[in-house]
Amino acid sequence: MDSTSNAVMRTTEPVAEAPANPASDHVAPKEPTPALPMARQKADNESRLPTRIWLKNTGVRYVTRILALVTAVALWQVASTNGFHFYINFDNIPAPSVVGTALVAELAGHEFYLHILHSLERIAIAYALAVVLGVLLGVAMGSSRWAEDIILPYIELLRPIPGVAWIPLAILMLPTEQSSIIFITFLGALFPVVINTVHGVEQSNSVLIRAARSLGASKKAILWHVVLPGAMPSIVTGLAIGMGVAWFSLLAGEIISGQYGIGYYTWNSYTLIQYPQIIIGMFTIGGLGTLCTLLIRQACNPLLKWQAKGGRS
Amino acid sequence: MSTVPVNDNRLAVLDHSRLRAKAGKSGDERGRISVRDVDIVFDTASGPHVAVQNASLTVRPGEFVCLLGPSGCGKSTLMNAIAGFVAPTRGEVTVDGYAVTEPGPDRGMVFQQHSLFPWKSVKENVAFGPLMAGVGQNEANSVARTFLSLVGLAAFENAYPNTLSGGMQQRVGIARALANYPSVLLMDEPFGALDAQTRIMMQENLLDIWREFHNTVVFVTHDIDEAVFLSDRIVVMSASPGRIIADIDVDLPRPREQSLLTSPDFMALKRQCLDLIRKETLNAFQRQNKAG
Ligand SMILES: Nc1ncnc2c1ncn2[C@@H]1O[C@H](COP(=O)(O)OP(=O)(O)O)[C@@H](O)[C@H]1O
Ligand SMILES: [Mg+2]
Repeated sequence: MDSTSNAVMRTTEPVAEAPANPASDHVAPKEPTPALPMARQKADNESRLPTRIWLKNTGVRYVTRILALVTAVALWQVASTNGFHFYINFDNIPAPSVVGTALVAELAGHEFYLHILHSLERIAIAYALAVVLGVLLGVAMGSSRWAEDIILPYIELLRPIPGVAWIPLAILMLPTEQSSIIFITFLGALFPVVINTVHGVEQSNSVLIRAARSLGASKKAILWHVVLPGAMPSIVTGLAIGMGVAWFSLLAGEIISGQYGIGYYTWNSYTLIQYPQIIIGMFTIGGLGTLCTLLIRQACNPLLKWQAKGGRS
Repeated sequence: MSTVPVNDNRLAVLDHSRLRAKAGKSGDERGRISVRDVDIVFDTASGPHVAVQNASLTVRPGEFVCLLGPSGCGKSTLMNAIAGFVAPTRGEVTVDGYAVTEPGPDRGMVFQQHSLFPWKSVKENVAFGPLMAGVGQNEANSVARTFLSLVGLAAFENAYPNTLSGGMQQRVGIARALANYPSVLLMDEPFGALDAQTRIMMQENLLDIWREFHNTVVFVTHDIDEAVFLSDRIVVMSASPGRIIADIDVDLPRPREQSLLTSPDFMALKRQCLDLIRKETLNAFQRQNKAG
């Protein structure tokens, strides 16, 4: 989780600079040649590329990527069926064909969906709590030095502690297994949201705040109309990273306790020697995590549409 | 353009004839600026820094005044004191008799660049001031449309600022400042980031708009041509510490046109400003050399 939190900071940088992006065209904007037509021209050129060249450039690259995956699956199949064993042991690893057959069986039943639903429920509750609290704390810390001095020590102290490390304490502190898992998931999502929100709020543009003040805006109006929209690109980054870390933490919690959930399913398959199910569980976790992050980004897109060059409402 | 629903006198939108009549009456004139014995000192790492020293200045309602001086001489600082962003260390700034303590919608600001809210459409930017003044959304929108047509950007009301050229963005900035019907318009090098052709166009545009409103304008620039072309009066400042060293009346006929730029009267005024600024720059160099 430590490496994850580092990734939080790193991933923040480029996107967090996005609010300043409109400022990047201060290379003497000229009246008759706004930046827009150039951007359009470029897009047009790309879409007008003859199909043959497109195939040669983009098509070939996609084919290469698919071939790379197919090769890996084929090698896996060969290794599993022949019981490859040279340091890495494929003796107990089911072949892709076996995993496929097991997957079809799982999809036909209803138990598998139950596991998914339980995980999704925990994610939904934990993530919603983390987003609300995270944005509130982040805005408070970003806009008031006093709030920052009170809250920051807690954040800095607790943030480096991996979600898994919370499990014993969570079980001791909280009444049910369900609440322990949700707590751990919540913590995982909370820190990226808080930190990215603070980051976004703290770099709000002072010229825009002065403009708003001279237009008669109150402190509350400035927060709502200037600070929050300016911080939004950074907040959205925090929300997306938070979703990833939430899944990461959820799995840790579900593996150790719980009776349902896709993490439980994966670990339980191991103890029950249902090896194909391990692999089904792994890919389900990856797929759901990616899907949720994608959904969050999509849901936030309308808030960032102003960033798109040439975007008109 | 002048048929926008009105239920607030302040927003009696662009009834030009009435505005002119109002400007003509002396009783309820708004926009008198008085700067008295103002010092502005900044605390910096290397000790106190006097940005403005002993500045006194009166601007009459409806006057177009340029603050001219080399960059770093304290023009922005003095203007920020009028805007209410900087408190004078000594002395007093009043607008229409009231001491300036904070920024307010009676003093519209136009900044050099990138001051539009990038997440608001052009219309939403201009409607922001009226909304903050408490008028309804519909009315704010119609005020915004009126002012956008005034600056010739009605067709772009739904565009986002980052899709507009620098000149267009500045026109939106002017519309946004005017939408509050400020008695004073404060402009800090508003055309400084534009190319020469655009700048000249914008200057003419601004004078056209000002002819309609005739509110008080304080316009900061380091461009002598710009100052002479635009203003009724040029207040020249010198650097370190920033002081007012001259107050020049510009008695050129209005409306001002491009042909003016080559007229003998224009040239004479330009020379007067140039001489003043050169003398000050030389003095500053000598002081620096002695200090160094
Ligand atoms: N907030 C501030 N803190 C410290 N020094 C400042 C501040 N604002 C301006 N100054 C200094 O005051 C002087 C005048 O600045 P400014 O008014 O911006 O000049 P101008 O607008 O004429 O270019 C400059 O030397 C500048 O460095
Ligand atoms: Mg300045």
